[in-house]
Amino acid sequence: MRLSYPANVKIVKVPCTGRVDILLMLRAFESGVDGVYLAGCLEGECHFLRGNLRAKKRVQYVKTLLDEVGLGSGRLEMYNMSSAQGQRFAEVAREMTEKIRVLGPSPAKKKK
Amino acid sequence: MTLNYLWEARMIVANRKSLEEILNMLKPYKKVLLLGCNECVTVCAAGGEREVGVLASELRLSRSKEGQEIEIREQTLERQCDHEYIDQVRPFVGDYEVILSMACGAGIQYVAEKYRTKSVLPAVNTSFLGVTLEQGVWSERCQGCGECVLHLTGGICPIARCAKSLLNGPCGGSSNGKCEVDKELDCGWQLIIDRLKELGQMDRYEEIIPVKDWTTSRDGGPRKRIREDLKL
Repeated sequence: MRLSYPANVKIVKVPCTGRVDILLMLRAFESGVDGVYLAGCLEGECHFLRGNLRAKKRVQYVKTLLDEVGLGSGRLEMYNMSSAQGQRFAEVAREMTEKIRVLGPSPAKKKK
Repeated sequence: MTLNYLWEARMIVANRKSLEEILNMLKPYKKVLLLGCNECVTVCAAGGEREVGVLASELRLSRSKEGQEIEIREQTLERQCDHEYIDQVRPFVGDYEVILSMACGAGIQYVAEKYRTKSVLPAVNTSFLGVTLEQGVWSERCQGCGECVLHLTGGICPIARCAKSLLNGPCGGSSNGKCEVDKELDCGWQLIIDRLKELGQMDRYEEIIPVKDWTTSRDGGPRKRIREDLKL
């Protein structure tokens, strides 16, 4: 569709959001990123049946960990969309970028 | 995964201490050896390899946020209650200031006994001997009283599953099969009676179980068990 979305969004492709583990999310923050979001299939339409539901639960759990650690649960979100929804993809990228811009850089970023 | 069910197939259930408590314990330290255990605490998702990874990540993020350093070596041992496994960290234990163990209380203590010059800190609260009801849910089943009466009670333990550890039937607080202590808690004796009926063993309910000799339990002091035939 050749829609543009913010350049600061780096995509990591996985076959299903169910592949995303708690540790992957935490290690992303350790590497210094300011925000993480998972874009999974619409609920009820997961190609692998329930992967996106597992991801949702894991995201909820990691949000509590982020609060505990002091980074804030707002830096991690779960979004659902169909792979046909190009517009929604771009919209979510913009929405999340704006959200993180308001929150500011991650306090866990390594200071050079 | 290990063959832990070949041994005394018990599962000790523990749960991780809060991050805040652990951070407090680690305040003076910069180099930490984080030891997980591949047995019980893995099964109850409190201190296995995955939980070691998550805790290490949380500790690094937390310290990073405060602008402080921390170096953590993540190591998960097969068990921490046997010498042979704890010995495996000997080559590098000297590089660390402190050991943070995610094993059950027994394992943590054994590590402390072996590495006498290091402070060994507990990252979990060890709770009970239990079973996995479903993924993510563990329930208490045994108190290790040392004198099992499961043959008399249809396989359900009155010591562990009755809040008062009564031996001869429910108390007046048993109502609609639930214990007065918590409305979600099944009355242990209701479970026993239902089971004895299913087994056609209600005659056992009539047999009075005498006053318990608690000396075989922890009440008699810390216990030791020896099998002479196995000693080298």
